[in-house]
Amino acid sequence: MNALRERLWGVAAYFRGNTKLLSGVSLILALVLFWLIGSLVVSPARSAPIASLPSQPPSWQYPLGTDTHGRDLLAVMMMGTGFTLRIGFVAGAIGLGIGTILGFLSGYYGGLLDTVIKWTGDVLLTIPILAVLVVVAAMLPGTMSLNFMTLLVASLSWMLPTRAIRAQVLSMREQAYVQVARLSGMNHLEVIVKELMPNLLPYLAASFVVTSAGAVLALIGLEFLGLGPQDIPTLGMTIYWATSYAAILRGMWWWWAPPAVIIAALFVGLFLVSAGLDEIVNPKLKRRGI
Amino acid sequence: MTALLEARNVTKVFGSGGLFKRKETVALENVTLLIRGSQPSITGVVGESGSGKTTLVRLLLGLLSPTEGEVLYKGRDLQKMSRDERLEFQREVQVIFQDPFEVYNPFYKVDHVLTTPVTKFHLARSKSEAQELIEHALEMIGLRPEETLGRYPHQMSGGQRQRVMVARASLLRPRIILADEPVSMVDASLRATILESLRKLSQEFGTSLLYITHDVTTAYQVSDSIIVIYQGSVVETGDAELVIKNPQHPYTRLLVASIPLSDPDRKWVQDETFVVDQTSIKVEHGCKFVNRCPFAMSVCHKNLPPFFQTDRHRVARCYLYKDGPKIPSFEIGNVFVKKE
Amino acid sequence: MKAEVLQVQNLRVYYQTAVGALKAVDDVTFSLKPRERFGLAGESGSGKSTLALALMCLIKPPGYIEGGQVLLDGVDLIKFSEDEMRKVRLAQIALVPQGAMNTLNPVVRIKGQIIDGIVDHSNKIPRSALEERVHELLKRVELEPEVVNMFPHELSGGMKQRVCLAIAISLSPRVIIADELTSALDVVVQRQVMLTLGQLQENLGASVLLVGHDMGLMAQFVDRIGMLYAGKLVEVGPVREVFKESLHPYTQLLIACLPSLEGKRRFKGIPGLPPLLLNPPSGCVFHTRCPQAMSRCSLEVPSLKEVRPERRVACHLYTEDKR
Repeated sequence: MNALRERLWGVAAYFRGNTKLLSGVSLILALVLFWLIGSLVVSPARSAPIASLPSQPPSWQYPLGTDTHGRDLLAVMMMGTGFTLRIGFVAGAIGLGIGTILGFLSGYYGGLLDTVIKWTGDVLLTIPILAVLVVVAAMLPGTMSLNFMTLLVASLSWMLPTRAIRAQVLSMREQAYVQVARLSGMNHLEVIVKELMPNLLPYLAASFVVTSAGAVLALIGLEFLGLGPQDIPTLGMTIYWATSYAAILRGMWWWWAPPAVIIAALFVGLFLVSAGLDEIVNPKLKRRGI
Repeated sequence: MTALLEARNVTKVFGSGGLFKRKETVALENVTLLIRGSQPSITGVVGESGSGKTTLVRLLLGLLSPTEGEVLYKGRDLQKMSRDERLEFQREVQVIFQDPFEVYNPFYKVDHVLTTPVTKFHLARSKSEAQELIEHALEMIGLRPEETLGRYPHQMSGGQRQRVMVARASLLRPRIILADEPVSMVDASLRATILESLRKLSQEFGTSLLYITHDVTTAYQVSDSIIVIYQGSVVETGDAELVIKNPQHPYTRLLVASIPLSDPDRKWVQDETFVVDQTSIKVEHGCKFVNRCPFAMSVCHKNLPPFFQTDRHRVARCYLYKDGPKIPSFEIGNVFVKKE
Repeated sequence: MKAEVLQVQNLRVYYQTAVGALKAVDDVTFSLKPRERFGLAGESGSGKSTLALALMCLIKPPGYIEGGQVLLDGVDLIKFSEDEMRKVRLAQIALVPQGAMNTLNPVVRIKGQIIDGIVDHSNKIPRSALEERVHELLKRVELEPEVVNMFPHELSGGMKQRVCLAIAISLSPRVIIADELTSALDVVVQRQVMLTLGQLQENLGASVLLVGHDMGLMAQFVDRIGMLYAGKLVEVGPVREVFKESLHPYTQLLIACLPSLEGKRRFKGIPGLPPLLLNPPSGCVFHTRCPQAMSRCSLEVPSLKEVRPERRVACHLYTEDKR
């Protein structure tokens, strides 16, 4: 129990004095709470079309008004936030997971494996995600479910984490403590997991943030173009519907503004977390010079 | 006289062969070294930077393979060992590195470097037995477990960290410890303590020690035999008393004369005969020291001298002693001093 | 009686930390005579590098000079503004800092590095004469003229340190401070570099402050030596006398643990650990490790007193001594 407390205390130390990290995480947590509490309080059925009176401006009954299809926009925002967050982080996590494994294998073992992984990654990096997504979405209409999108985005976001982690592993592999661990009887896998991985946690965290941000961006990009799921309320699709139905001209600000604000908040939050992690990574290196 | 760890006429060349014969660096050339198994011995390897000491350590550990010659442990070539033989080798030959900070994973407390070998080599049957073993090892080195365990590496001084490394090496009761500059990054007042604990290890557990350093004085104090290396070649080998107190090879003489003695009455003498080294030009043929040697003869430029025996327990690789008996490289082992 | 070139009076340099002030240099007083070689010996954590930087007024936050004076020819450097100090550095007092050879700019030729120093700290040498000056300096440090156009990575360690020495003497300063000048060098090269420094000192008529931990080097090079321990100066005296008959227990123990070539004997270290500067022991900073500690030692801080001609010690063993 004590060990756990110590670890938690160690984690808390990262936040102390780091305003960027603290505010970034708070912002994202606020969005998460918005979604979670929202889905408990507001019934999801209200986010469906024709659930309410259409084109209503904000009022007590409909705090964020309704759109031309009769969707209660508050409900839409709550659910949409949830979807966006989930897709973004899940795609980010999968992308990072693949990237980590490949990065470690590539960096630690080198040789042919390294060459193949690097080459594949570099080639795929040159392909713009959005273009692929658009082509796939256009060719396979109707298959654009959330899970499909998540997997698609994830499959194209592993390249950068792989490179970043490979670079770190290459330099860490030569450290004296790795040699000591080998001389103490550890095999290669144990070295990767026990010696290298713990020191890479800040890099992994930073990578996760970047990959998730990229995933969310790709997702929203697709939705702006109307290629997202048609039947689920998401933030991007809401904006798409709003622009398709000339919400700006009609002055229906409650339709396009909230999703835009939430998306902006999400990116600002991700950016702050990333900047905050940068701060952690650098002073940690300074601490070694005693 | 079975050798425990032996480097037989080892040469190591770095650099690309292949299509273009680009810069090849000869890190070590025809080096022979012997550590016997019958009695523990302490052998000092003295050389300056660029002499090839680090390469030698890595060859002896099997981390590098020799270009020519072999490194044998208990008669088996390191490069050709089976998995079990390798494990045995890893357990019986331990290393202490120079930098007492780099060897610790900053994520873990210092306990990690002690518990890992205990676990991996099954040195204890239970957690409490392991704890006991570790505490005993620390106490033997003169460290207090309650002040050491549970701390992070950055919370300890360089000397303490190095002592924990020595404790780690002693846990495994190795047959041989390779100590690569173990005290050069440690304060003078702690150096003595660490060297003394290494010596004690040797006496109590029968561990042989290979002490690699550029510090001639501590090498003299610790070692029975000394090997002097210059630019990848052994120039003089033998009893520490003879090699240091009565050096024969011109390089050894230069080395010993350059030691700053802690005696204000015995100052360095300005010796114009030894050329100050400019940008290091590696010598291709002949004796490596020829460009700086005040006694260089024409034959020195042409051929690398063989080992000439000047005393029962000392050989020098120098044509100045060509009247003495020649010793072939693989018989150098007999020159090493046997402890009574 | 010639006046002292450099007088350090009650110098205190502290570092501000989250848990209080760390006393890196605590009330240090010593002086440097003209044409003298003075050694400041101390192990890691003794404060010697901080002291060297403080003498050049190069202490940066979180470090700060808490008090004391650094008098160069009677003028207090601590009171100088940065502009005034700039004119003093290199021209009057020069520093070869620890690891200097690693801080040579890798993309600038040696000529440029030396000229940079001269131009930054003095306007007395006209541009036309600069190149000639550089050649002269390299000759003085016994480097071949070709070095002028080389890059640092083409030089060996010993040669790089000589370049640093050349920069240090480029404006013929009165005081040269060398911090761990040769610790990264092999023993043969070290000897040559130290002999060069000695010659430079004689030719310039300058004083040298050699800061380091190598007692052997001190014995070979300096005239007088000061022992630093945990930020305090505990003993000062002529080098021969300090080595042959040390007064302070720390000096005695330190010299006893130096390995010698005389004969083989047991290694002796100093038991215990150097103190934490954030929370130093009460009274004498060495008393926890001192084999001759008395009850007074944990209560009262001993001050550096002259107990014999030219010999100063900070130790209660000598406070009763009336010689």
